Amino acid sequence: MTDVAASFLDATIRTATPLALAALGETLVERAGLINIGLEGTIMAGAFGAVVVASHLGVPGAFATAAVAGLVSAFILGLLIITLRADPIVAGTALTLLALGATGLLYRVAFGTTGVALTIPTAPAVALPIVSALPIIGHALFVQPITTYFVYATIPALSWWLWRTQAGLSLRAVGENPAAAIAAGISPARVQWKALFFGGAFAGLSGGCLVVSQVGTFAEGMSAGRGFIAIAIVALGRWSPVGVAIAALLFGAVSALQFVFQSLGWKVPYQLFLALPYLLTLAALAGVAGRHTPPAALGRR
Amino acid sequence: MRQRSRGVSSVSSPALVIGTVLRSAWRAGGILVVALVLVATMAGLISLLTLASGYDPIRALEAAWTGSLGTRYAVLSATLVRATPLILTGLAVTLAFTAGVMNIGAEGQLLAGATAAVAVGLAGGQSWGWVTLPLAVLSGGIAGALWAYVPAWLRRQFGVLEVISTIMMNFIAVYLVGYLVRGPLQEPLRIYPQSPSLPESARLPLLITGARLHWGFVVALVSAVLLWWALRSTAAGFRVRVLGGNPHAAHAAALIDVGKTSMRAFLLSGFLAGLAGAIEVTGVTYSLYENLSPGYGYTAIAVALVGSLNPLLTALSGVLFGALEAGASAMQRDAGIPSVLASVVEAVMMLLLIGVTRIRTPASVFSSLRFARREASLRGHGMETP
Repeated sequence: MTDVAASFLDATIRTATPLALAALGETLVERAGLINIGLEGTIMAGAFGAVVVASHLGVPGAFATAAVAGLVSAFILGLLIITLRADPIVAGTALTLLALGATGLLYRVAFGTTGVALTIPTAPAVALPIVSALPIIGHALFVQPITTYFVYATIPALSWWLWRTQAGLSLRAVGENPAAAIAAGISPARVQWKALFFGGAFAGLSGGCLVVSQVGTFAEGMSAGRGFIAIAIVALGRWSPVGVAIAALLFGAVSALQFVFQSLGWKVPYQLFLALPYLLTLAALAGVAGRHTPPAALGRR
Repeated sequence: MRQRSRGVSSVSSPALVIGTVLRSAWRAGGILVVALVLVATMAGLISLLTLASGYDPIRALEAAWTGSLGTRYAVLSATLVRATPLILTGLAVTLAFTAGVMNIGAEGQLLAGATAAVAVGLAGGQSWGWVTLPLAVLSGGIAGALWAYVPAWLRRQFGVLEVISTIMMNFIAVYLVGYLVRGPLQEPLRIYPQSPSLPESARLPLLITGARLHWGFVVALVSAVLLWWALRSTAAGFRVRVLGGNPHAAHAAALIDVGKTSMRAFLLSGFLAGLAGAIEVTGVTYSLYENLSPGYGYTAIAVALVGSLNPLLTALSGVLFGALEAGASAMQRDAGIPSVLASVVEAVMMLLLIGVTRIRTPASVFSSLRFARREASLRGHGMETP
C-alpha cells in the first residue's frame, strides 16, 4: 500500500510539473490583462524545439531551445493581439493550429515520414540530500528531474515579485485598470509584451519538460490539451502563483489516479482515466467561475 | 488601452491592403476573383512549405491539382466529399461566432453526431426500412446539440469560458469513441477498434453514379442557404446578429433574452456539427472509428473565417478547403509529402486573415462572457436579473 501511495505521489508531481510551468507563466500573462489561448501551441513549439536539439546539445540545450521556441510563439501572438489588436481568442486558436500542424510537418520532415519515435537524452531524476530520505513524500517530492525543482523555486519568487515589487504592481495595474496604469506613466503594451514573453518562455519550457523530463520522445499533438488545462488551472488557482501550484498538483493527482487503479487491478475502461483531467477541468471551471474575480481588464482590447 | 488609436501606422502594410481588398471583393460580389486569389494563396503557401521542407514544389502542386480540382473525378470524388463535413462544421462555427459564442468544439460535436448516427443505424438495421437513414442522421444532429449543451449550460449557469470547455469536450469525445469502438460498439470479431459496417438502409445514396459524392453534399448546401436566410430574414436571426453585435445593448434594449438566444445558437451550432458527423459516417466511412475526422472541426474555424461568417461564402470556402485537403492527400499519395502540410496552410491563412483584416467575432467575446458571468452571479445570489 505504501508502494502504491509513493508511486502515486511520484506520478502526481511528475505530471503536475509541466502543467505548473505553463500555468505559472500564464498567470503573469493574465495578470497583465491578456489571455494566451495559444498556450497549447506554445507548449508544442517548446516540445519540438527540445526534441530537435536534444541529441546535439544535450538536456540544457534542449531546455534553452524550448524556451526560445516559446518566445517565438509568444512573439507571433503578441504581434497579433498587442500590436494589431486582433481578437485574442481567434488569434490564439489559430496559433495553436499552426503550432500543431507545423511541428507535425517539421517532425516528419526532420525525422522521416513515418514519424518514428526517436530516443533522446532525458533529464535524470536528482535526489536532494537529506530531504529525499523523508518517509513516503521524500522520494516523491525530492527525487525529481531538475524542472520540478525549478518550479519549486519559481513559486515563491513569482509570488514575491507579483505582490512585493514595483514591477509586479505595474503588471497588476495594467491587468486591473489600464487607464490608471497609463496615468501612472506605465506603458501597458510594454508590460504586456514582457508578460507575454515570460509566459511564452515558461510554456516553451513546459513543452521541453514534457519531452526531456517526462516522455523522452516527441509525438504529434503530444501536449494533448495541456495548454487549455493550464488556462483552467490559472482560474482555479485564482491568478496567484501559490494557488496555481496547488491547482496544478490537483490535476497531477487526477492524472496519476490511473496508475493507482492499475496497480489495484480495478476493471475500469482506461479511457475513463484518460478523460478524467478534462472532466475535472470542466468541473473546476464551473466551480471557480463567478466566485472569484479575474483581473478586471482581462481580455479587453 | 482603449484610448490609444487603433494601430493606424499599420495601414501601410501590404498585408493589410490585401486584406481590405479581400473583404471589399467579397462584398462587391467578385466571388470568383476572391476564390482565385485564395487558391493562389494556397498554392503559394504549398510551394513555400514544400520548398522549405526539401520537396519538389512543382511535383507537389501537380499532385495537389490533379487530386483536387484538375479532373472531374477528383472534384466529385475527393474535393466535394471532403468539403461536405467542412461546410457543415464551418456553418456551425459561423453561426456560433455570429452569436458571439466561441464554439471551438465542432470536432467533439461531430464525433458525438457520428457516434449516435452509427448507434441508431446499427440498431435500426434493415428492419426499420427507409426510416433508418433519416433517423440516424437526425439523431446525429441531436447528439451534436447535446454535446454542445454541456459547455452551453456551463456558460449560462457559471459563466465558464466556452473556448476551454468545448476543447475539453473534444478530448472527452475522442476517448468516448475510443472506448465505444473497443467495447459496446466494436465489430463482432473484436479485432479492429471500429464499429461494424452500417447496413445499406442506413447509408446515404450516391449523388452521381461513378463518383463518391453523396447526398450529404446537398444537405450541406441546403443548410447553408437555410442558415443564410434565417440569419438575414427571420426574427430569430436578427436576435442572433444583435446579440453578436453587443450583448449589453441587446439586453439593455430589453428586446432580447440574451441567455436564451445564445443558448439556442450554441445548440443549433452543435446540431450542425453533429449533422456533419452523422453524414460522414452514413455517406463516407460507413463505420465508427477513432480517427474518423482529420480535424474537420478545427479546420471549420478557418472555413468560417475565410467565409467571413457569411453562410453562403462559408459553403464556398468549405469547397476551397475541401480542395486543399483533397490536394494534400494526393500530395502524400503521389509525392510523399506529409498531408499535415494542409493544416499548416490553413493555420497560416487564418493568421494572415486575422492579421490583415483583424477579423473579430462581431461581439467582443469577453463582453458577452462577462455578461454571462454577471447573470450567473446574480442568479447565484438568488436575485432576479433585471
